[in-house]
Amino acid sequence: MFGDAIASIGASARWIAQEVGGILVLTGQVLRALVPPKLDTRELWKNLYKMGNKSVPIVVLTAFFAGGLMTLQTGPFVKKLGATSLAGWGAGYAVLREIGPILIALMFSGRVGANNTAELATMTVTEQLDGLRALAIDPVRFLIVPRVLAMMVMLVALTVIGDLVALLGAAIVGRYMLQIDWSTMYYSFADNLKPYDFLHGIYKSFAFGGAIAVASCYFGVTVRGGAVGVGRAVNASVVASAVSIMLLDFFITYLSA
Amino acid sequence: MRARIADLGGGVLDAMRAARELWLTYVSTIAGIVRYRRGGRRKGEVARQMYAIGNRSLVFIIVTLGFIGMVMTYEACLQLSRVTGDYSQIGSQFIRLIVSDFGPTLTGLMLATRVGAGIAAEIGSMKVTEQIDALRMSGVLPIDYLIVPRFLASLVMTLVLAVLGGTVMYLAGGLTAHYSFNVNTNIFFDFQFLRMRHVVLMIVKSLAYGAAIPIVAGFCGLRARGSSEGVGWATTAAVIGSSFAVIVLDFIISAAALFLTGGDL
Repeated sequence: MFGDAIASIGASARWIAQEVGGILVLTGQVLRALVPPKLDTRELWKNLYKMGNKSVPIVVLTAFFAGGLMTLQTGPFVKKLGATSLAGWGAGYAVLREIGPILIALMFSGRVGANNTAELATMTVTEQLDGLRALAIDPVRFLIVPRVLAMMVMLVALTVIGDLVALLGAAIVGRYMLQIDWSTMYYSFADNLKPYDFLHGIYKSFAFGGAIAVASCYFGVTVRGGAVGVGRAVNASVVASAVSIMLLDFFITYLSA
Repeated sequence: MRARIADLGGGVLDAMRAARELWLTYVSTIAGIVRYRRGGRRKGEVARQMYAIGNRSLVFIIVTLGFIGMVMTYEACLQLSRVTGDYSQIGSQFIRLIVSDFGPTLTGLMLATRVGAGIAAEIGSMKVTEQIDALRMSGVLPIDYLIVPRFLASLVMTLVLAVLGGTVMYLAGGLTAHYSFNVNTNIFFDFQFLRMRHVVLMIVKSLAYGAAIPIVAGFCGLRARGSSEGVGWATTAAVIGSSFAVIVLDFIISAAALFLTGGDL
């Protein structure tokens, strides 16, 4: 009984070590493939469009609700104190530095990361990767590098859009649910938020994009066993992305302060 | 131009059809619980699902919510240190926010990715390997057999995990405030702003998320088509759909609570 518990802890520790190691090796291969930067531009543009433009609606919706929620949470407290000029401070600060990048990255990992894993996993189980290798095309260079670059660029771009929409959502909820004027809200954003707060969220989303990209590609190319395996790979990829988003968020906040 | 309008209309029709199917999944799940049939589901299936949804998510929830609790406290203390330097209310406001919003919602979001993807992957693979058709052929309703146990298990386990996740967040926040900003733990762990209505809000939110996640994910799994590619699509749709459901439900419930309490939440 007790031995079993220790054995299962050991087994999961070994599993985690194996997956983290695999992800790091893949990161190394991606960096190695970038050294003489020989990119398949067509594949890169295709991925930029598919991952970025097509995710705009879901990111905009998420960001709008996230911004509104932050006002809903801070608003009543601020109104009770009679300091409505601080409403934009609380909501804006939370949105720009934490909630905006994290929620957008989580949605991005759900939409783009999971989709990417599913696509690569399907290619792997139908032996298309072996086909590429047989044609002397390096799958890392041809498939993975453009995806990693596209995800990092596009998550940053989507976070920029999302931050703006979230601030707009915060102002709209403040106006129609808590009766805070547009101008009060605007000045409380303009006076209290520094450009650095915005940049802080952007650094984060750059790191999140890299983590989601490498994790989702790794679980895609290491899949085993048909349709069941594809489902399991997508599941592992979203879980790994969520954990790495939270860990990176903590370390970036802690180190940059 | 005409093609574009047709495209738009087609999208709207697809969305409405999906919404109707989702609603039917929900109604049949509730109906499956109400008119309980012997042999409708495997014996002990609810307990097995509770283990799969609850116990297997423990480490995931503890790690993610612990880290986000540390980050939130750190950011809040950092801001306060620049403005007033008065940390006396930080803990009591933090627990109010955790109980009324962050605890259940962040747990719900995390479960939407882990549990939602898991349910959709499992049911989706059963669908494309024709196991669902086999169930129907043997006179078993797939919704009673597969979704009802997951629904019941998730209803209970989301609440349990939300309580656990909120506690972990609060403890992690308290430790961060203590070690990074020298906030006394007696001052941080203070429940003066916590009211019964916050606890009620937490229970309502957890139940709503716990109900939404397995329904959306199971619906996406049952719609899977094709082979391995279809399973991948279904899993992706489940993650997006259930995360988005959590965010929208949070917004609706928070706004309703604000109106019900007359702006004094």
